[in-house]
Amino acid sequence: MGSLTKNQYDEMVKKASPNSKIVKDCFFAFLIGGAICAVGQIILDIIKSYGFSKEFSSNFTSMAMIFLGSFLTAFTVYDKIAEYGKAGMLVPITGFANSIVSAAMEFKSEGYILGLGAKMFTVAGPVLVFGAISSVACGIVYYIFKMLF
Amino acid sequence: MLYNIFKAFWVGGVICVIAQIIIDKTKLTPARIMVSYVVAGAILTLIGIYEPIVKYAGAGATVPIIGFGYSLCKGVIKAVNEKGLIGVMIGGITATAGGITAAILFGYLAALLSKPRLK
Repeated sequence: MGSLTKNQYDEMVKKASPNSKIVKDCFFAFLIGGAICAVGQIILDIIKSYGFSKEFSSNFTSMAMIFLGSFLTAFTVYDKIAEYGKAGMLVPITGFANSIVSAAMEFKSEGYILGLGAKMFTVAGPVLVFGAISSVACGIVYYIFKMLF
Repeated sequence: MLYNIFKAFWVGGVICVIAQIIIDKTKLTPARIMVSYVVAGAILTLIGIYEPIVKYAGAGATVPIIGFGYSLCKGVIKAVNEKGLIGVMIGGITATAGGITAAILFGYLAALLSKPRLK
């Protein structure tokens, strides 16, 4: 194997590098995504330990995570971590908040109603639309299932 | 409590890794990933796969955006059980109203307070 030409070597590098990129991306996505969920769990456990109901605690946790995601985005911290965390920063609910705020920030110059108010849903809008539709679809399926059995 | 945090960490991490692999392999945009995760969450909850994961991992399963689909589907099932057919229309958004309102309110306020981004 000692006689690789430059071209052959380049080809081998090209073949090997996408995989090592995926491994690296996945490693950071796991660490950072996991860490965000761990923060959520800490908030959840603390609220629960004060004796609040399960429903209140889980609602409070999502709101707190959304709050953190929004303001960390506004102070440009979120996007810096997202460079490494990638999907680890996208998939948690904080990433949903991030998509709202960063879209809104981009169109802030177009005004507070049609700029901020409309453009904040560029990415979050489809999520809500498909979320609402799939909840109705699930409801219909469940209703029929319940009638039949 | 530490064990709870560990469970949330590894399950949440795995859910993010799955998304990362999909992104790297298919070049799906972040918006599509989020939408498919929400829809997947609703379907997995309907067929009863996601509830045990939530029971085990807590925030590790509800903090990822799949958890939004989970709340939607769980809410609609609860509403159909309590109110019948009208529950189909009101269950999902009712259950997630807090999160959606928080996202709109905090999102708008945070964007207001931010410095305009240089293009």
